[in-house]
Amino acid sequence: MEKILLPDIENLHLIDVYISNGGYEAAKKAFTQTSDDIIDQVKKSGLRGRGGAAFSAGLKWSFMPKTTDKPKYLCVNGDESEPGSFKDRQIFEINPHQMIEGTIITCYAIGAKTAYVYIRGEYHKWIRLLQKAIDDAYEKGFIGKKMKETFNTDFQCDIYIHKGAGAYICGEESSLMNSLEGKRGYPRVKPPFPAQNGLWGCPTTINNVETIANVPKIIEKGWEWFSKIGHPKHPGTLLFGVSGHVNKPGVYELPTGTLLTDIIYKYAGGVPNDKKILCVIPGGTSMPPLRGDKLEGVKMDAESLKEAESAIGTGGVIVMDEDTDLVKVLARIAHFYHHESCGQCTPCREGTGWLEKILKRILAGNGSTSDLELLITVANQIEGNTICALGEAAAWPVKYMVERFRYYFEARVNDEVSLPIANKVHSMRETSYPLADVKK
Amino acid sequence: MEFKFTEENLTRIEQEVKKYPERKPAVMAALYLAQEQNGYISNEVIKEVADVLGITAEDVLGVVTFYTMYHQKPMGKFHLQVCTNVSCMLRGGYEIWDQVKDKFGIENLGITEDQNFSLEEVECMGSCGTAPMIAVNEDYYENLTNEKVEEILESLKSTN
Repeated sequence: MEKILLPDIENLHLIDVYISNGGYEAAKKAFTQTSDDIIDQVKKSGLRGRGGAAFSAGLKWSFMPKTTDKPKYLCVNGDESEPGSFKDRQIFEINPHQMIEGTIITCYAIGAKTAYVYIRGEYHKWIRLLQKAIDDAYEKGFIGKKMKETFNTDFQCDIYIHKGAGAYICGEESSLMNSLEGKRGYPRVKPPFPAQNGLWGCPTTINNVETIANVPKIIEKGWEWFSKIGHPKHPGTLLFGVSGHVNKPGVYELPTGTLLTDIIYKYAGGVPNDKKILCVIPGGTSMPPLRGDKLEGVKMDAESLKEAESAIGTGGVIVMDEDTDLVKVLARIAHFYHHESCGQCTPCREGTGWLEKILKRILAGNGSTSDLELLITVANQIEGNTICALGEAAAWPVKYMVERFRYYFEARVNDEVSLPIANKVHSMRETSYPLADVKK
Repeated sequence: MEFKFTEENLTRIEQEVKKYPERKPAVMAALYLAQEQNGYISNEVIKEVADVLGITAEDVLGVVTFYTMYHQKPMGKFHLQVCTNVSCMLRGGYEIWDQVKDKFGIENLGITEDQNFSLEEVECMGSCGTAPMIAVNEDYYENLTNEKVEEILESLKSTN
């Protein structure tokens, strides 16, 4: 299968190699068409966002107002902080110019004169790599003032990198915009949506790095070509990042709709020591986990995973073998979301803390059966009651892990004892109250 | 302690400012530069950043306390960041965390007496496919084993 994003071409990160392999031709082609044509093609190609929500990219672009006095902005989201996701860094390292070319085309399509690539602060190395690629593209006249001669167009755009500083939440689009404005990265209430009221109150589109990197190939080879790859409702390839208990962890570019079992066994080399799989998280830690005995036939695309009652997320596949301590895993996940909650919404700020405390209590051997109900209750009270999707991200893994591995969690808690209400309340406190001792 | 940006850093901040339609967004870059120059973000640093960018010290403080990569106390010459999130944990992240902790006898966000090493338990660094990992200042060390960690730490020690 042909790879769209990470082709096997040596030194593709160098601008001359990229150009000699047909690089920046798609941008030249794009400038011979109208911006509406470009949006139309991307819409028809069926390209969906690769950042987690899998929303139609062309449709998102079409929300941008055609006539406005305000400047328009494009943000390319390279915050990549979802545990289990490590795909965007491959693009920065291996094929940065395709992302830059995609950014130029997208800017033209939506009428943005400035694009910001938001990259997480920890990615020092990849920021340097991308900055070098951007500098080279400026020098060759693909970005900035020289675009007029290079592309024979009146359109001109600039691309800047904005370095984050360690906050998972900044991958959420409205939080990303606040962070870019030099503020605390608090998510904003929607509506208004970014296309109406984004960066500095101006129309803004936010796309994931991987989404943007697909754009040049769609323009070059046509939307029909792209729409025929993989699952018809979620076409293209995805960068699957496989981690955890597999022999060959890494990023694999495969068509959407590839069998999850193929990804694990055929590409990632199977599980060490041929152990059985207990659990798989298919798209980064915030997605509902799948049981190891229910992986047969599960396909990796947005539609199929919805049927399997999970979601594609960022395509970060985390594999756990039969000897994994799921309580420890879930407690670690809960700790992450508690740590990363921005603190704006009470259900998330407090709820994520409770989830972590209860799970740590179970991990310490002091949980009771009612704690399992409590976990689900707390998760349900977070879900849907927050400004941004971190609420769901924190609630889903807990809710679905406990529901789908009920037997596993039941084996780790003590039988419920009949306690007065006061004790029940006490059991929610931070101190892990030794319920087992009370029973005696 | 008094803090003033060097001329070079002031120039770099002005370059950052040019990216944006206003001065405020350069606060994140300015704080990185200040941290590089001063070692950590002190109250004096916050005031200087605010003055240079024409924003309030409260604006700057808000940013400093929101993001984990700005430190409000001195960190070691080598800041060791160990990821213990799920993908690393499944491949021995906690073993490495314990190893580093024991070697230097410091806890999370602690610093050795000679100020050479500090330690931080970090969230997912995007090294899941090459787990477990440690970041030393800006550099990633990946696909680690306890032996490799020992080697890295020893070589850092000897570069002092």
